[in-house]
Amino acid sequence: MYGWTGKIAWIDLTRQKTNTLSLSPDTYARFLGGKGMGGFFLRPCAELAWDHPDMPVCLFTGPLTATIAPTSGRSHMVSLSPLTGLVADASMGGKIGVQLKRAGWDGLVITGKSKCPVGIEIQDSRITLMPAAHLWGLPTNMVHDALSPGRAGLACIGPAGENGVRFAAVIVDRYHAAGRTGLGLNLGTKKIKYIRVSGTGSTRVKDPDRLKQARADIFRLTAASPALMGRFGFSCMGTGAMYDLMDNRCMMPTDNFAATRFAFAGQLNAHAYAKTYAPKKHGCKGCHILCKKIAGQPSSGPAMPEFETMSHFTALVGCRDKELVMRANQLCNNLGMDTISAASVLACFREITGTNFTPRSLLNMLEEIALDRGDGKALKNGAAAWAQSMGTPGAAMAVKGLDLPAYDPRGAYGMALGFAMSTRGGCHLRAYPIAHEILRKPVATDRFSFSGKARIIKIAEDLNAVVDSLTACKFTFFAAGLEEYARAISAVTGKDFTAQDLLATGEKIVYNERIINSLNKFDARHDDLPERFFKQPGTGCDQFSVPPIDRTAFLAARQAYYAVRELTQTGLPVREKAEKLGLEWHG
Amino acid sequence: MNGMDDLLKKYAKKLVDAGLATARGPGAPLMGGLDQDLTWNRSAPEIPVLEQVFLQLNINSLAFVRPAPPYDRIIGFLADRALKGPGRTQHEDAGFSRGKIMPQDCETRTFLHDLPVVESFDANTVCRALKQRKTVIVQAKGKNENFQGPAVIVPGTVSPEQGFVHISSVCFACFVKFFSDYLSELKKGCADREMDQVFDQALPFLQTDTPQTPHLMPGPFAGEKQVIAAMDQAGRQIVADGLVDSYFGNISFCTNNTLYISQTGAPLDELPGCIDPVPLDGSSSAGITASSELSAHLETIARTGCRAILHGHPRFSVIGSMDCDPEIKAACAFNTRCHTHCPVPRAIKTTPIVPGEVGTGQFGLCHTLPRAFEKSDTVIVYGHGIFATGKTDFIKAFSNMTAVEHLCKIHYIEQVRKLRDINHGNRTS
Ligand SMILES: [Zn+2]
Repeated sequence: MYGWTGKIAWIDLTRQKTNTLSLSPDTYARFLGGKGMGGFFLRPCAELAWDHPDMPVCLFTGPLTATIAPTSGRSHMVSLSPLTGLVADASMGGKIGVQLKRAGWDGLVITGKSKCPVGIEIQDSRITLMPAAHLWGLPTNMVHDALSPGRAGLACIGPAGENGVRFAAVIVDRYHAAGRTGLGLNLGTKKIKYIRVSGTGSTRVKDPDRLKQARADIFRLTAASPALMGRFGFSCMGTGAMYDLMDNRCMMPTDNFAATRFAFAGQLNAHAYAKTYAPKKHGCKGCHILCKKIAGQPSSGPAMPEFETMSHFTALVGCRDKELVMRANQLCNNLGMDTISAASVLACFREITGTNFTPRSLLNMLEEIALDRGDGKALKNGAAAWAQSMGTPGAAMAVKGLDLPAYDPRGAYGMALGFAMSTRGGCHLRAYPIAHEILRKPVATDRFSFSGKARIIKIAEDLNAVVDSLTACKFTFFAAGLEEYARAISAVTGKDFTAQDLLATGEKIVYNERIINSLNKFDARHDDLPERFFKQPGTGCDQFSVPPIDRTAFLAARQAYYAVRELTQTGLPVREKAEKLGLEWHG
Repeated sequence: MNGMDDLLKKYAKKLVDAGLATARGPGAPLMGGLDQDLTWNRSAPEIPVLEQVFLQLNINSLAFVRPAPPYDRIIGFLADRALKGPGRTQHEDAGFSRGKIMPQDCETRTFLHDLPVVESFDANTVCRALKQRKTVIVQAKGKNENFQGPAVIVPGTVSPEQGFVHISSVCFACFVKFFSDYLSELKKGCADREMDQVFDQALPFLQTDTPQTPHLMPGPFAGEKQVIAAMDQAGRQIVADGLVDSYFGNISFCTNNTLYISQTGAPLDELPGCIDPVPLDGSSSAGITASSELSAHLETIARTGCRAILHGHPRFSVIGSMDCDPEIKAACAFNTRCHTHCPVPRAIKTTPIVPGEVGTGQFGLCHTLPRAFEKSDTVIVYGHGIFATGKTDFIKAFSNMTAVEHLCKIHYIEQVRKLRDINHGNRTS
């Protein structure tokens, strides 16, 4: 095969054995890699508990990984979420995807549980389980220091993943997080402290000249994209560039989504951080955008906070201190926790208890959560579980248990629908409507209207499922499209893919996740937003107001979505559609 | 507000207003939108086939247009040549491959790549092309003779605006390609009679009268409201005068250490609400939604001290910018990369032409354009369009842009006349 290596490593931790799995070329074409392939392996285990020994944790690359296709160096981790009970999946940056592919593996399927802490060492075809008791308990930065991976890719967990934090993250190559849905705990439960990979091979490319052509087309489009390569785009400013925009559009979640503008935003934007910390560009392997920023002061400093972290550790929790954001970001990375969910549970705590944070108390509480101490013992289960236990479930700003990122849905109705429908809970990346509702790509849509949004969201979910399966970076798709990427995949694999073929594959991948979620009893009751958004207005400005979302219009859009996605009126998958898509049906 | 039906109507009207389609009859735009249900802006015999297209593709809208004259003739001609494929004569290899028109202007180069052409108006054929590219041209032949072509079909995944934008780009690209090819074929002595005929049929549609200078607000402008009003007025005028198509082009004005600039993808006739204030000290990144040429605008202002910048894609300036002696071009080492690497200092009269791609890439026009403004207050970017600057308002910039375009058009027509006389002499002797 071209593009894929044709080899998947099945690592059984209970028996301490590794087998090589091979799938038919047809299965590869149907599920691509990354998220798609992870879902393929998760489906037969859908009804197991997230911490059942047979529950797999999958890490997959895609056909483009370790080729010159732009932004294709990522990988994708999939399991069942300890935070939400839904499909857990997160994209990973850094270089581990490229190294895994170079080592000759399309992906890893890890099952079983180790008795003692273990590290998975992969060097080309050789896979070794190493004792890692000496690293257990260490924060991720010290794991990186201790293992000094050099050119190898390294994913590891911190204390949060060991101590049962349900939003524990996997930290990759020091600066990158597979943050959401608690995958760090999935690894921790299996007693996996780290995965280190290095490889010396390369991805076989069928038609290198055609791939170069596709790459040139993608480069040209990204160069023409203000959001990516413009003066204030992600390449220059990092994702923090969104901070001013969200304030300007009255979409900044403030005081646990009680308001949508934050009075101190002007002093806490990307420009302010750049002045203080002189960030330098850094990126994932195989990327030309280099959106990641590393502080230049102090020298070889920590990762700069991403936009979500900048917003949630200021406006959401009621703090206004850059240094606090830097330290909270660093602490979450070192402890191995998702910054969005960590900030959200603090904001929820603040709302319910009325306790304001000082920088010291905030950092202290983050530590208590990760180390399972004090109030952290209860908060480590996430905002939704904690608010429920306090008898005020409405104070958790989450969808299906996944805390909402830093875009207030009252300011963008496609985002509102996307949050509610996402198969992993309150996530902005599954439909990523920010592209057309805010960044005007491919064209602008009316952000205060549900009109047309059901199908737009459905198509975008299909598209992003493909992106996460290739595996590429979503940001590129602010500029390029599947049209250009289809040519790259065709060039790499020698099979003819069109943009529309890929969208059909994306549809299958999403529907498979809907099936998995339905087997875990999720339906329309869960495809909803916190009540606050339908009852309370956001903060407007001179040019426009931000009213509460009209519940009737939302419900109509949800029904339209179900119709377009070919689900029942209660949001459940149907056999006929599943079979049409070639997906396994239960019973 | 902005229901699907409103959007279908809005963009159908914009196609008509831009002269790309007729208001009535079979040439009127046909626009379909699909959310839960499929709706059309009008009834039409093409709907059954287009409904099949909706079923086969993951899309939410579709625009179908039989372009109005002169685009019908121009696109039809290019489509025929594309269907015949390359190599019909030795001179025609460039710019066609089998079933594809390959224009060299910047809109196509960046966004559409090439323009597929199919011979049959049936859903499978149309979908086969649309699975790969954003547009398809149907030039029905033979067995399907009751279908009147050419027609351009464009789907959207987000909004019918995509249909409007890409149809507009197809018309622009084909217009520029035909006139460019014609001139270069004439220079080579190879233009055939059919090309002459297409030119003759298109000529009456080209306004050749000296353009009137519109009444634009004189500067200086006091405060944001006036700046936005002036930008709005200039933007509308650029669109009304056909100096730009769909959502291309951009406008900025600098005052109080703030650059007010049109947002990316903002149609210049709908600017209010689509203008980003960008502080010159970089203290806010709200300009992340600003035009892709923000960097070029900022740099130009820093170098020249101008306040107003207008950018459009007037067609004969674009055509003129790509005009190159065929023999010199054939011998040039950079002849496949003219748009980024043209090594010759070029100008149309006194207006310089610079290479450069959209945006901030290695060969971005932000590296070439601002420098060129040190010598001239109007600059043409190769295969792309005109940038014009003004000191206190848009009046001078606007009249310069119009004047350069008029000059390019007249110059083009004169060149064609002269070359045709020579060629005609050759043909008859
Ligand atoms: Zn332009």
